[in-house]
Amino acid sequence: MTAATATSHTGLPPMGSHFRFRRLLLAEWTKLRSIRSTIWSLVLLVVLSLGFTALFTALTVSASQWDKADASERARIVADPVGLILGAGFQFSQLTICVLGVLIMAGEYSTGAIRASLLAVPKRTPMLAAKSIVFAVFVFVVAELVAFPCFFIGAAIVHKRAPVAIGDPGVLRAVIGAGLYLAVLGLFALAIGGLLRHTAAGITGVIAFVLVLAPLAQLLPGSIGKHVHAYMPSEAGRLIAAAHQGKDDLLSPWQGFGVFCLWTALLLIACGWLLNRRDA
Amino acid sequence: MIEARDLSKRYGDKVAVDHLSFTVQPGKVTGFLGPNGAGKSTTMRLILGLDRPDTGTATINGHRYRDLVEPLRTAGALLEAKAVHSGRSAYNHLLILAQTQGLPRSRVNAVIDLVGLHDVARKRAGGFSLGMSQRLGIAAALLGDPQVLLLDEPVNGLDPEAILWIRNLLKRLAAEGRTVFVSSHLMNEMAVTADHLIVIGRGKLIADCTTEDFIEQSSQKSVLVRSPDAARLGEVIAADGGTFGVADDGALTVTNLPADRIGHLAARAGLELHELTPQLASLEEAFMELTRGSLEYGTHEEATPDMNEERTA
Repeated sequence: MTAATATSHTGLPPMGSHFRFRRLLLAEWTKLRSIRSTIWSLVLLVVLSLGFTALFTALTVSASQWDKADASERARIVADPVGLILGAGFQFSQLTICVLGVLIMAGEYSTGAIRASLLAVPKRTPMLAAKSIVFAVFVFVVAELVAFPCFFIGAAIVHKRAPVAIGDPGVLRAVIGAGLYLAVLGLFALAIGGLLRHTAAGITGVIAFVLVLAPLAQLLPGSIGKHVHAYMPSEAGRLIAAAHQGKDDLLSPWQGFGVFCLWTALLLIACGWLLNRRDA
Repeated sequence: MIEARDLSKRYGDKVAVDHLSFTVQPGKVTGFLGPNGAGKSTTMRLILGLDRPDTGTATINGHRYRDLVEPLRTAGALLEAKAVHSGRSAYNHLLILAQTQGLPRSRVNAVIDLVGLHDVARKRAGGFSLGMSQRLGIAAALLGDPQVLLLDEPVNGLDPEAILWIRNLLKRLAAEGRTVFVSSHLMNEMAVTADHLIVIGRGKLIADCTTEDFIEQSSQKSVLVRSPDAARLGEVIAADGGTFGVADDGALTVTNLPADRIGHLAARAGLELHELTPQLASLEEAFMELTRGSLEYGTHEEATPDMNEERTA
């Protein structure tokens, strides 16, 4: 047994010093980097993005596929190679961010760690704010580190059919936009994780929004369906990662991204409101 | 100092804490005693701002917990054994808490050494035994070197060596002038650890007194008497001012006459005695007696034997 005593005045720094929010950011960063799900999600993000980008672009421009594709399909790819390059890998790898976002928040509840967190930071809104900022910045940086290699690999593969350069109109914005989209998607998932407070339910909820509801909305008849679909969070948000506004798109890239940010902000506000009201 | 004023909390139809008021003084170990489901954990959660009270307020050193700046440096709490992300190491768990309070890494290492977790500090907390988890929880509670400590069932499920360690730790912390508030459903454990007791049942205050007084008041001495002529003996005892209960088999339990007096009365009346046994109620029995009727999940048939239907003449 240890004989040491927890004496008072253990030479700890004085209380109540400044930069308290910076400390919360630091603590949230430690939380994020000290769980394995973060590492695994990142590994999956990198592997899926790079792997699927290379695979899909290579298949699409391979001699056999290219010759089979009809003229309009080929014209579409030549007109918007970025759509093919960034669409291929990120369509799948975005799911890793959805899962991680939910885990970051709901994982605290499922393990009981939320109680330790709230004892340390009883003001709940600053805690949610610090967590959101750290996670969004982290996802953005990682996503950019993946998006640029994806673009250059994809561009090299499709070069002989549909040449595209980073300097072409809208291309740089689209590649940076891919990171912006994933960062906001991460927050969207984090908010749903915090609302539902249950890992499995949260993941199901986010995937329902991202993968199921959007295609379903498209099935609604006439212009209502078209509008509902266009304003669905992931559909609107994805536009920022496209080089041009497609002729069928109701929203411009920045408008779409704005809609997605609005969805996410509303969910985060709801999450914060409930976090303050509910017993932990 | 911890002050609870008129605290109430209801979950759905169930009243967990019912207009509870008490004060926990510094410099001693205060036991928070009650059967399972009495509302001890809820009260602690209300004090710590995890749950919102329906009525009343709770303050720590005069402030609501939510208003404390760097709360872990004022109050440390052990709530459940598992208030840790199972995928995180003990070191990182404590480091995160330290970072929120502006505490240095050296303090994390100090509390890890204090609770004896040095060898497993870098391992995942999810794989910890109950004893190791309790030690980690205590390390977290002591991290900010707080003046006030709240510990919910800290010895639950621990082996005797660990129980002794916690008992001594609590006494030492109180001796340093800190406020130490420890909940338990085990009367015997509190009898040897606590200086003061706050006893609750069904969310209501039952007793708030020193442990000594509690033991004095509660350990009612009684005498078990068997006689073939119990009815006559009962009259004689009652005539002498005695109070007694009658068990199914006719045995009398006399509560306010000593054994020698009962023997004397029986001899004088010419009554035959088959048994005359002084009995000392254990603390655990005294506690059960006190909280009877306030048991949340009690076995009610057994809790009210006929013996306790006291009669006085």
